[in-house]
Amino acid sequence: MQPASPDTRKFFYEHLGINEQLLEQCLSAALSAGGDYADLYFEYVTASSLMVDESLVKSASQGISAGCGLRVVSGERTGYAYTDDLSPERLLRAAHTAALIASGPSKQPVQGFRESPSAGLYTVASPGSDSETSAKLALIQRADRAARAYDARIVQVQASFADELRRILVAASDGSFATDTQPLARLNVSMIAKEGDNIARGSSGGGGRVLLDFFLTDKTPEYFATEAARQAVLQLGAVPAPAGEMPVVLGPGWPGVLLHEAVGHGLEADFNRKKTSAFAGLIGQMVASPKVTVVDNGAMPNRRGSLNVDDEGSPTQETVLIENGVLKGYMSDKLSARLMGIADTGNGRRESYQHIPMPRMTNTYMLAGEDDPGDIIRSVQRGLYAVNFGGGQVDITNGKFVFSASEAYLIEDGKITAPVKNATLIGNGPESLKYVSMVGNDLKLDEGVGTCGKAGQSVPVGVGMPTIKLDKMTVGGTGN
Amino acid sequence: MKNATVTVSEHEISTEFVTDVVTKALKAGAGDAEAVFSEGDEFETLVRLGQVEQLKEAGSRAAGLRVFQGNRTASTSTSDLSSTGIEQLVSGAMALVQVTSEDPFAGLPEPEEFGKLAGDLDLYYDDVYSLPAAERIEYARRTEAAAMAADARIQNSGGGSFDAATGRKILANSRGFVGEVRRSSCSIAAQPIAMSPDGGMQRDYWYSSQRSLGLLDSPESVGLEAARRTVRKLGARKVPTQRVPLVFAPEVASSILGAIVGAINGNAVYRSSSFLAGKLGERVGGKNLTIIDDGTTRGGFGSAPFDGEGLPTRRKAVLDQGVLTSYLLNTYTARKLGLRSTGNASRGLAGSPGISCGNFYLEPGEKTPEEILAAIPAGLYVTDLIGHGVNIVTGDYSHGASGLWIENGELAYPVEEITVAGNLKEMLHNISSIGSDLIFRSAVACPTIAIEGMTIAGE
Repeated sequence: MQPASPDTRKFFYEHLGINEQLLEQCLSAALSAGGDYADLYFEYVTASSLMVDESLVKSASQGISAGCGLRVVSGERTGYAYTDDLSPERLLRAAHTAALIASGPSKQPVQGFRESPSAGLYTVASPGSDSETSAKLALIQRADRAARAYDARIVQVQASFADELRRILVAASDGSFATDTQPLARLNVSMIAKEGDNIARGSSGGGGRVLLDFFLTDKTPEYFATEAARQAVLQLGAVPAPAGEMPVVLGPGWPGVLLHEAVGHGLEADFNRKKTSAFAGLIGQMVASPKVTVVDNGAMPNRRGSLNVDDEGSPTQETVLIENGVLKGYMSDKLSARLMGIADTGNGRRESYQHIPMPRMTNTYMLAGEDDPGDIIRSVQRGLYAVNFGGGQVDITNGKFVFSASEAYLIEDGKITAPVKNATLIGNGPESLKYVSMVGNDLKLDEGVGTCGKAGQSVPVGVGMPTIKLDKMTVGGTGN
Repeated sequence: MKNATVTVSEHEISTEFVTDVVTKALKAGAGDAEAVFSEGDEFETLVRLGQVEQLKEAGSRAAGLRVFQGNRTASTSTSDLSSTGIEQLVSGAMALVQVTSEDPFAGLPEPEEFGKLAGDLDLYYDDVYSLPAAERIEYARRTEAAAMAADARIQNSGGGSFDAATGRKILANSRGFVGEVRRSSCSIAAQPIAMSPDGGMQRDYWYSSQRSLGLLDSPESVGLEAARRTVRKLGARKVPTQRVPLVFAPEVASSILGAIVGAINGNAVYRSSSFLAGKLGERVGGKNLTIIDDGTTRGGFGSAPFDGEGLPTRRKAVLDQGVLTSYLLNTYTARKLGLRSTGNASRGLAGSPGISCGNFYLEPGEKTPEEILAAIPAGLYVTDLIGHGVNIVTGDYSHGASGLWIENGELAYPVEEITVAGNLKEMLHNISSIGSDLIFRSAVACPTIAIEGMTIAGE
């Protein structure tokens, strides 16, 4: 822990005309018709993106977005208003609008703010010099060259670099106060491989709450470009995916999107408070094989899903969701914590100041087991080995979830054989993880590409997993 | 930039404000410039189990700028509309344009291409905000209550909602185009949750969405339909892996049309990253398929008087009796392909123009949905799809699905936890029936269709 960055507070106070007295006035106005709680979320985001397409720098853009969201909570009710005009008059008007949710005698917010310390999970660079733009450009030009050099069949390459710096200030009627400056960067490469009439795509990318250095030392443009090119060329030779129930081995890293869909969403506290989740009422029960332990951890350095404080100003933490197969707990925000009488796990997140916070995942992963990944493959007579995925989706009420394999292979007689075409895998959240019979010793987190959507709001997330074997899962191909 | 944002006054942003941004960019050295301003207001109300759960009311506005210098381009956007904010918008774009490449295909449309359809196309109705707060809440409450009252197995709910929004957009460029458009929308929805005796839960939803309050379906009819769709899922089971005819209900059939929108998007076409790239003039589907893209319909969800670059929207067949007759193009992709823009440019605040469809639909056939089902001895009526299982490059299609089993032409029992898979290249040739039930619930619409030869993966 270290003291919160005084620079972020100074930014809001000096550049946007915010001060403690104004914050208190707004919170008083927000509670003018009663209510249990009110908070203000100020946000100032600068974002930029660059794209190379056909080896030309075709696009360069940058943007600034600023505003404040004001929330009043009264029992289970939430009133919300936002404004991108941060003048005292507009902020007070928005506070009075949000206050309409309550109907009672006015309340007074706690006097004086207590600022949350910062976990210092990421470093922030001085933003936006021209030399930085050329350095980013050099990265994606390197990616473009590396992709084209990989194989003559690579015919189209797009490489992009997108980053943002989000400054937030949260002040609440319970006296809590937090600021944070959150960097987020991502390099992406996608391409088309062509051989005769046969066409395939490959894509790769990564990043996190990291600085430019990360792409020069840890994960280089060549690393991502080569990976995407390998996938594209591989897909040229893909055979139809099989159809039906079979054993499925998932590789380490990004296939952890299984956890995000199968159990993650169903363990967000709001769905369980409302008893609309297939996991409602299952705390203490076996929902997975005893080999399965799943955590959500927002407090990991530099990860895409990490935050020093969540979007309600609460510190993030590691939360055990499933321990040795037993359902342990939910991911919670302030509202669910209060209404359910559980701890706030620091999972209150929102897309922007225009959105009401709700429980969301951060970095969700399964802990490593003891099996050798090679043994896991060898244990399968006939099945699917899936190592890369596109997105997924879940119906949290009936528990059915899908995720789409973008790189997968047949397993025949314990050996990895032909690559298969894209196929969707489908399962039932509270049941699927009971079929996990082997867990590898090779836990890996994803490269930093995940974006999660819930109720129309997108937030960056991470996932991770060791190699695992599910004894049965339904594979949605067209072959035999 | 101290207190920069507080200097914005509340008066309405005018077209002059936007043309002035263009002028400032030219003064700063841009060869061409295009500015966009957008503002929106929204009101959302969610009622759950009869109680108000969320009320949201807000507005925002922002501006975007695209500049050209020679054949180089760059763009910026900001929510700070003060004079300082606009200065930064311009200087930022001019700095950024130095780093981009010369691209002979970049640039604004030619002056003679600009234009807009007359009138406002009935896209804006001020009645969406006419209800006082208490009546908006009442709309949401009635919608949920109708769903809850419809069946004893419905005891829980994701809520009932009433939402309304209005937006205004101004586009101006240095080649003389200035256009302004207003839009409104409102919707009611219910999401009931039903429980079967064994404890299994199912949810579904239904909604009505319109540009005018007066056009909305009644809350009661929306709630009843939501309940009907939910309880029919109770007791759903898996079925064995097999190949049978699939009947796609309109709500899911439209997602197949959505995939075609992606496959004929000029960006995918010029990069050869679509299974329909290079197929213009060729037969890509059955003779029974005619697909129209029409941005000119009065009141349509996909209508606009001009596109994101200031070209008039238009009506064209993209598939004419199975032959691919048009891509969806903006100026850049048209130049890349040696074609003319189809008036399908879309413009957000930042970045280069994208491509979007107008009102995009499959021309309806003669049969009612009941007649289509009646002709099928064994098959699946697909009512829900989940996942992102379309590969536009190869046409491979694989989705999680649920629906109702068809037995001797009638709906027999609910089915879930299966996938449906095929390849769009073949699916477009294998549509065996097209229903008469074309209804626009969003910009992309499709009647009920039956498709042969797809694979169900299940038990």
